[in-house]
Amino acid sequence: MSAYKIQEHKYDVVVVGAGGAGLRATFGLAQKGLKTACLSKVFPTRSHTVAAQGGISAALGNMGEDDWRFHFYDTIKGSDWLGDQDAIEYMCREAIPAIIELEHYGVPFSRTEDGRIYQRPFGGMTTHYGKGTAQRTCAAADRTGHAILHTLYQQSLAHSAEFFIEFFALDLIMDEEGACRGVLALEMATGELHLFRAHGVVLATGGYGRAYFSATSAHTCTGDGGGMALRAGLPLQDMEFVQFHPTGIYGAGCLITEGVRGEGGILRNANGERFMERYAPNAKDLASRDVVSRSMTIEIREGRGVGPKKDHIHLDLTHLNPADIHEKLPGIAETAKIFAGVDVTKQPIPVLPTVHYNMGGLQTNYHGEVVTLKDGNPDHVVPGLYAIGEAACVSVHGANRLGSNSLLDLVVFGRAVANRCAETIKPSAPHKQLPASVCDRSLANLDRLRHATGGTPTAEIRDNMQRTMQNNAAVFRTGETLQEGVQKIREVFSSFEDVRVSDRSLIWNSDLIETLELQNLLGQAVATMVSAENRKESRGAHAREDYPERDDVNWHKHTLCWVDEKGNTRIDYRPVHMYTLTKDVDVVPPKPRTY
Amino acid sequence: MAELTLPKNSKVQKGRHFPAKGAKNIRVFKVYRWNPDEPSNPRTDTYEVDMDSCGPMVLDALIKIKNEIDPTLTFRRSCREGICGSCAMNIDGTNTLACTKAIEDCRGKEVPIYPLPHMPVVKDLVPDLTHFYAQYASIRPWLRTQSAPPARERLQSKEDRAKLDGLYECILCACCSTSCPSYWWNGERYLGPAILLQAYRWIIDSRDEDTGTRLDELEDPFKLYRCHTIMNCTRTCPKGLNPAKAIGEIKKLMLQRRGA
Repeated sequence: MSAYKIQEHKYDVVVVGAGGAGLRATFGLAQKGLKTACLSKVFPTRSHTVAAQGGISAALGNMGEDDWRFHFYDTIKGSDWLGDQDAIEYMCREAIPAIIELEHYGVPFSRTEDGRIYQRPFGGMTTHYGKGTAQRTCAAADRTGHAILHTLYQQSLAHSAEFFIEFFALDLIMDEEGACRGVLALEMATGELHLFRAHGVVLATGGYGRAYFSATSAHTCTGDGGGMALRAGLPLQDMEFVQFHPTGIYGAGCLITEGVRGEGGILRNANGERFMERYAPNAKDLASRDVVSRSMTIEIREGRGVGPKKDHIHLDLTHLNPADIHEKLPGIAETAKIFAGVDVTKQPIPVLPTVHYNMGGLQTNYHGEVVTLKDGNPDHVVPGLYAIGEAACVSVHGANRLGSNSLLDLVVFGRAVANRCAETIKPSAPHKQLPASVCDRSLANLDRLRHATGGTPTAEIRDNMQRTMQNNAAVFRTGETLQEGVQKIREVFSSFEDVRVSDRSLIWNSDLIETLELQNLLGQAVATMVSAENRKESRGAHAREDYPERDDVNWHKHTLCWVDEKGNTRIDYRPVHMYTLTKDVDVVPPKPRTY
Repeated sequence: MAELTLPKNSKVQKGRHFPAKGAKNIRVFKVYRWNPDEPSNPRTDTYEVDMDSCGPMVLDALIKIKNEIDPTLTFRRSCREGICGSCAMNIDGTNTLACTKAIEDCRGKEVPIYPLPHMPVVKDLVPDLTHFYAQYASIRPWLRTQSAPPARERLQSKEDRAKLDGLYECILCACCSTSCPSYWWNGERYLGPAILLQAYRWIIDSRDEDTGTRLDELEDPFKLYRCHTIMNCTRTCPKGLNPAKAIGEIKKLMLQRRGA
């Protein structure tokens, strides 16, 4: 492998990914005096955090009574009791200073009459443990992710953070003791290779929504961190839990924020009926996402869908005041016009449950340290490796994430990982010797794909994967569809042996990059399908028609799934953390989940 | 002497033609191609795309070409819903986002697609935006305050917050700056409409306490005053923003503080 020249860099910490979590970590680390590099395959403000719309949750109480303990309870209930309660306590408590900090950084939040941050209702967010509706979701109109991501990039500039932009991370550099010692990356503009040596590698690489055919996720949401982790021999946790957002635009798949329903929008079936009243008598259209997506799917199945094929649902805002739409929901008005040809003040938006978020990912503790099951210890810390944001599974979202908890997750754990690194990594500590062969496996893989002359183009394998996931691991699942799905996705995985890459150039070779991304997606697609087939209960976003009930006796545990190079899988489990960090709040024991 | 034609090695040549066999509903896309790895001149390749199996947007056509016809075609894309700003390019004669530009809104039978004008090309439709980003960093685009932050959020009235509307939505796609003849001519020193709109976003933010310095830093014959109100920026902005107005407001503030 000596044919490839590798440029070597030494840093205290390397962050992979420059979305909300990666940026918050990057300038936090820079602030702490650690020499930090942030690698990103896209310019930071292109990251998918930019597309978040509705808002970021925190019990500020600007619009009525609120308490972070209510937020804690709602998040646990939303997670269908699969969330780790210590991490949820940490997130909900830290939410309040985290939002104030964002405001101080300059985020252009919408405002109340008295000049405070505007907050709107969101699905599953209540007061007094389910009794009232909370207004907890802090919003910058319906462009909150854009406002936050740009502000975090600006703060990174203010802290003179070092970026390596349009660098694609290939693999983690692991030593023989299982510690992470750096990352190998490809500079897209030149095709040159760079080895970033570091005492800490933070994966902030986002979700893998593009494993599915129809997703609100950007084309770049290919879960590169998860792919690298699997190749490094680490498992991924709770991959069966894939969130379908109730309101993706029919056809295009573009997101229409839950904030639309927060501001009074209503879902209607072909009869014009507000059907959510039947499924969730209290929360109605603001039940949590898994509940709403299932209800919509049932309506369509039972013949009450809208449109000529009766295959979607209407989201109706026509009763809202146009001035309010203009002030609070201008972005979705524009998106609905462009992608559905709809004037939202006069016509309903055609929508369909659409893949949106991966609850699963790299298992971490609430410091952002990656953990794994080793010698019977479910919380064994993998030295030098951290994960945050959608790439991680802390797990604060459990089996179903509440809307507006993901932007929160990004900033809270982005900050937490910076603090943890500052505690555990000494600035400018010397780097230990690495064996000369440390990059060999990754280089062999790159070399094979660069020259791949198989019979199946990348796009065709990707299409097969996406259709298999869409058909066999959907909103509702059965043993039969999942078993078939496992077999099919394994076939697709194997077909990657026959991949063909056409672009032989080294400069900005997006054919090669898409192929590397596909490789990352495939491992996670297999993990998702296998974990889903394995979990014989219904919990949160994982709804099995052959096991319609939640089974706390047998399945109140996190799934771990390993996928090796050949696509062989192994499953094990970690216990759910049923304890809190302090006495300020009590553990919430499992109970029936109704909205 | 001024050179009024392209140098020999930059002349765009006729490229390859990819017919869509058997398709009934065809749209033709003529796409600029250049790969620095190859010694040849830039060229325009002609792709016939079957509209019966293609999505409605220009980005859908480009992705279909890459997936099914020519995987070497290179362009940036990410969100596909007009919020990330990756797929800015010159389509049908106008700078815009490929993901929100409907194919049926393109005028000619053939749809010409070029990279953003007057930027160095990395490959095909991928421009080098390094200088644009450096200019963004040069205005120090973050909230600058002297007073200690309060324990809670800084208060901002709805009226003051509304002053940021039409500014904070900028996605840094560079469509406006690369449509501006003044930026083409003096891009090294003139900041261009996108960066000036961003500068004004902080100047007008009621929470910012560094307005004087921000204006001082723009008081320069090139950075600000190379705007000649040509208005291409406003005409081309895919988000419907008005950079020309923001620049006009900065110029007004400059005059006001001179006591004019």
